[in-house]
Amino acid sequence: MIDIRRHNAAFCGDCFSHHCREQVRRAIADFGMIEAGERVLVAVSGGKDSLGLWHLLRELGYDADGLYVGLGIGEYSGESARYAREFAHEHGWKLLEVDLPATFGFDVPDGSRAARRAPCSACGLSKRHVFNQAAIDHGYDVIATGHNLDDEAAVLFGNVLHWDAGYLGRQHPVLPAAPGFARKVKPLVRLGERELAAYCVLHAIDYIVEECPMAAGNRHIGYKEALNAIEERSPGSKAAFMFGFLDRAHARFAADAEEERADLRACSQCGAPTPGDVCAFCRLRARATGAPIPVRAAGEKHR
Amino acid sequence: MRVLLRNPKREIDVPAPTTVGRLLRDLEVVPESVLVIRNDTLVTHDAPLADGDVVEIRPVISGGAT
Repeated sequence: MIDIRRHNAAFCGDCFSHHCREQVRRAIADFGMIEAGERVLVAVSGGKDSLGLWHLLRELGYDADGLYVGLGIGEYSGESARYAREFAHEHGWKLLEVDLPATFGFDVPDGSRAARRAPCSACGLSKRHVFNQAAIDHGYDVIATGHNLDDEAAVLFGNVLHWDAGYLGRQHPVLPAAPGFARKVKPLVRLGERELAAYCVLHAIDYIVEECPMAAGNRHIGYKEALNAIEERSPGSKAAFMFGFLDRAHARFAADAEEERADLRACSQCGAPTPGDVCAFCRLRARATGAPIPVRAAGEKHR
Repeated sequence: MRVLLRNPKREIDVPAPTTVGRLLRDLEVVPESVLVIRNDTLVTHDAPLADGDVVEIRPVISGGAT
């Protein structure tokens, strides 16, 4: 049914499902991602990784709900939301939704234009803020994102190319909880993109195959293509690169990242942790909307 | 043999018989970047492809990192 060259193996359907569950179980155990009884909020986009992750976590017995963030990217956002909602409805699982334009008054294209940032940068900043705030507001212990081995290897590749020590220190499958931050985990880190796609096909999980139109030609896709070319010649290279970094190099950069996190204070606008007076998300929102941002009263939640 | 491609979505006709591996090489597609689905079933790189098969070459690379 599917061959995975880096494992030097081909699998039938049942064995492949077992393989995927085992890789997630092992990632959770090895990195201490989720404790028994903890509530998990899965960042859901309607794509193969987030829907596959949600399915796998539930198969492994975790209490996992989903959160979909509407980013206002035209028809693409409408389509991806539909996949997320239909998946949740089909399984009877809880899906929270936050719509960036409706809640915060701007969408990713607005944010990208106003801040002169690449769309993926404005998107990532917005999603991280919303996921964290939702986890805090709704009492979830852990945020689980669908970053897979290929994603992490590509990010690592970019961080190494630019020797970005700060990012290298923060790149880990677990970002521990801190004041104002929920724990963030990446349970798919041992699975590649082909495996996630195959898992979804095998389990008849309908997901949005078309790429986000704003991601076309971005650097990360280029890094993935380069790494896939290396993987073709030398199967196992991506895993060796990623797990070799975590085992033998991450600790050398981690101290710098810890110091950065220790110097955070509450954003004067929304209360989220930030090194400055106003967090990056509130600054982006102010630029994108041109409107003054109301200060949240103590204990008030986002609407 | 019908071959369905994505990004952009399109359909081409390819002579059969062949194999998955040979088809990907002929189309210059990196195997690590796709799944191949023959008549709604996932297949491995050595699987044969025959006249009348409907083959989807589904890209798996997703863009953007969060």
